[in-house]
Amino acid sequence: MGSNAKTAGTLDHADLSDIFNRDEPRVNWHDETLWFVRTKRDRAAHSLPEWELLRETASGIKHNVLSNLHNYLQQFEEKAIANGVQVHWAADAKEHNEIVLSILKKHKITQMVKSKSMLTEECHLNEYLQQNGVGVIDSDLGERIVQLAEEPPSHIVLPCIHKKKEEIGDLFHVHLGTEAGESNPQVLTEAARQHLRDTFLTRKVSLTGVNFAVAETGEFVVCTNEGNADMGSHLADVHIACMGIEKIIPERKHLSFFLRLLARSATGQPITTYSSHFKKPRPGQEMHIVLVDNGRTTQLGREDFRNSLKCIRCGACMNTCPVYRRSGGHSYHNAIAGPIGSILAPNLDMKKYADLPFASTLCGSCSNVCPVKIDIHDQLYKWRQVLVKEGHVSPVKAVGMKAMAFTFSMPRFFAFAGKAGRSLMRLFPFAVNNKLNPWFKEREMPAPPQESFREWYSKNRK
Amino acid sequence: MTSRDKILAAVKANQPDLRPLPEVVIPVSHADLIQKYTEVASGIGAKVYEVESVSQIKSILADHFDMSKRKVTTLADFADFAETDILQLDPHALEDVELAILKAELGVAENSALWVAEQHLGQRVVPFICQHLAILVEREKILPTMHQAYEYIGERDYGYAAFIAGPSKTADIEQSLVLGAHGPRSLSVFIV
Amino acid sequence: MKVGLFIPCYVDQFYPKAGIATLELLEKLGVQVEFPPKQTCCGQPMANSGFSHLTHDIDELFVKSFEKYDYVVVPSGSCALHLKEHLHSTKNPAAAERLRARTYELVEFLTDVLKVSSLRARFPHKVGVHQSCHGLRGLKLSQMSELVAPKFSKPEQLLSYVEGIELVELTRKDECCGFGGTFCVAEEAVSAKMGKDRVSDHVQNGAEYITGADLSCLMHMEGILNRQKSKVKVLHIAEILNSFEG
Repeated sequence: MGSNAKTAGTLDHADLSDIFNRDEPRVNWHDETLWFVRTKRDRAAHSLPEWELLRETASGIKHNVLSNLHNYLQQFEEKAIANGVQVHWAADAKEHNEIVLSILKKHKITQMVKSKSMLTEECHLNEYLQQNGVGVIDSDLGERIVQLAEEPPSHIVLPCIHKKKEEIGDLFHVHLGTEAGESNPQVLTEAARQHLRDTFLTRKVSLTGVNFAVAETGEFVVCTNEGNADMGSHLADVHIACMGIEKIIPERKHLSFFLRLLARSATGQPITTYSSHFKKPRPGQEMHIVLVDNGRTTQLGREDFRNSLKCIRCGACMNTCPVYRRSGGHSYHNAIAGPIGSILAPNLDMKKYADLPFASTLCGSCSNVCPVKIDIHDQLYKWRQVLVKEGHVSPVKAVGMKAMAFTFSMPRFFAFAGKAGRSLMRLFPFAVNNKLNPWFKEREMPAPPQESFREWYSKNRK
Repeated sequence: MTSRDKILAAVKANQPDLRPLPEVVIPVSHADLIQKYTEVASGIGAKVYEVESVSQIKSILADHFDMSKRKVTTLADFADFAETDILQLDPHALEDVELAILKAELGVAENSALWVAEQHLGQRVVPFICQHLAILVEREKILPTMHQAYEYIGERDYGYAAFIAGPSKTADIEQSLVLGAHGPRSLSVFIV
Repeated sequence: MKVGLFIPCYVDQFYPKAGIATLELLEKLGVQVEFPPKQTCCGQPMANSGFSHLTHDIDELFVKSFEKYDYVVVPSGSCALHLKEHLHSTKNPAAAERLRARTYELVEFLTDVLKVSSLRARFPHKVGVHQSCHGLRGLKLSQMSELVAPKFSKPEQLLSYVEGIELVELTRKDECCGFGGTFCVAEEAVSAKMGKDRVSDHVQNGAEYITGADLSCLMHMEGILNRQKSKVKVLHIAEILNSFEG
């Protein structure tokens, strides 16, 4: 698949991982940092004997949502409007961005504060607004850091987990005037607090994401640890909340399941510091909700892949993924990285993201930590079948695979191929087509034995 | 066709056959709720005090915070201690609040979250913009888990409400925990 | 009970000793075992690469080779899982269905079908157990570290019957080794790094041998150990269970 992606002028996951792995101590650091988050998640999960029942139930609730989404969306809209909220519908990223811009224009706003929203990353809202003369300041600390570094987030919950504190110190020195060489997280966080407090106090429009939207009441819940969504929204004249249509849950009481699972899965906290329930605009304030499709209805129609829409964006699959930990979030070249990103992205663009379902060993740890029990690794397997059938895998690999399938379907030829030269390259012909055999770069070949098992068997047992 | 109609039509065409909502009872223990609450709250950086009287709270607050700075509250019992007239203010006018004293309707033992609803906030921004936050909760209102919490909240109406657990925090820089991100630097919980 | 022994392609070609140990172990336990000579591969390398549509002939060959047996036993968790999940036949769908249910990885065949409760085996060494992902999360040979559920381990249960053996505790007890089929060459950098990390966990915790139910993982780790000129060796679990070192 490598050659396919490269002709398109971009680097694929394998290429980007190769670059990431040139600095092995840094890979070790990245791996250990995220493994630490996984161990915190384990401790939190193991402290609740009912954990698996919670996952099962949350998954069941989400299944009901997907099967009744048509009604829930209308119910949510009706309630939200009754609550005094303006509801917008966006078929795709472009329309979402245009809606946000039109609200800003109506209020003659050129500066906006935004708390974390992966949806706006998916829609590339910041770039769009910048091109249209609107400055956006991301208020989540991690998001602000990657924004200053002019990079996308590398993780949906921990946006700058790929950055070392010294690098953040350098950024803050340049942009926020902290002392050169200062890298103490306490000091850097305080500098960001002061800088962003000014932002909160001066912005008239605040945009937030949505973690859960309740059909029964029309309210939506935003979870943060920093308090940035609240600081922004309670001080702004206009609050815009953007959400994918799959964020709906049926009733308020169902929040109990998701709030019990979300933070424990994400960071091992028992709950985020703030779980804010926004139902009505405060007096004098305008509140907007933008409901976004952007491919979600297509995914809903793919029987094998619709469960991916259950995702509550906790990031647990990334923290546990042995590949993600050693390739970094940017290697997935998509707003949402890791295992879940790899099953969401091909729905948006099969050609561009054909490499992602292959960026996995199918170890299955992702499916086990998923709080809504998405069968992530099975979907990775299924995407591979779809991508091959749709012609998104390089011809070199396809030829090798056909040769291998042919060999294995012909017992005599197989026995001969083995005898003729017992090497991995002979048996797995797809490996030969690379200029340097990638197995050998860091691994020895298995030593060829005197005879194969079948040769031994024919001499010793019959 | 509007985008709304397009999206709804596509959802209807593509959604799977109706699956019922799961009906489950999650096992719950009512043992040692205060102890559990205190343990969890302390674990995430909050300070918990079990107190008998309002005057006791005032003296603890006076010991820990700079009394020369601005204090606000929505509680009549604290009218002699902090500003109560905040309802009509522009929220930006609260930027220099050092300490806010509020009341939670309930607390949750499993995660130490406190449920504060708009009617007890004065202004929505109060528990976020203050440098330090103190929240009172009644002993009997400490419930075991989020399930009991939402049962208690039921269908009541509010414009805004939040669960607050601990002081604001971030670990975005190399997973190092720092208290006091954008919101309060400390949370004191008074179990009354 | 007649058992058809399925020896995966790479075991046949590179690790005949593991195949021999599997055969001898089953024979010692009184099982009638045969190796149908026309077998080749389970088709997994193709299917996991997205080419499951090319595996029809391989599936037909498999069904034809094994339809007469009561059980199929495979000394590989990953091949066993693939067969259980994906074996299909258009010529003989009933046989394929029966074989899907009757295919066992060696360890689970010993613990679940034969219900082995003792073995005459001795292996006085420090051994690290590699929980291969397909065996662990696919076949559930052991409890998975992510789940809140009672602990068990079928491979460790069998190894506990071996005299003199000492199992080492790993820091990450069930992390993937990074083999991943074609992943090992398509994603060379990450695969090799994962392998190095897995090997180092075993080495640092004092293992002299790394064992497991999947030679594909072990082949990958052996490649790394040998490149590092390490003295640590890999052995398929059958070779330990069939061993009686003095």
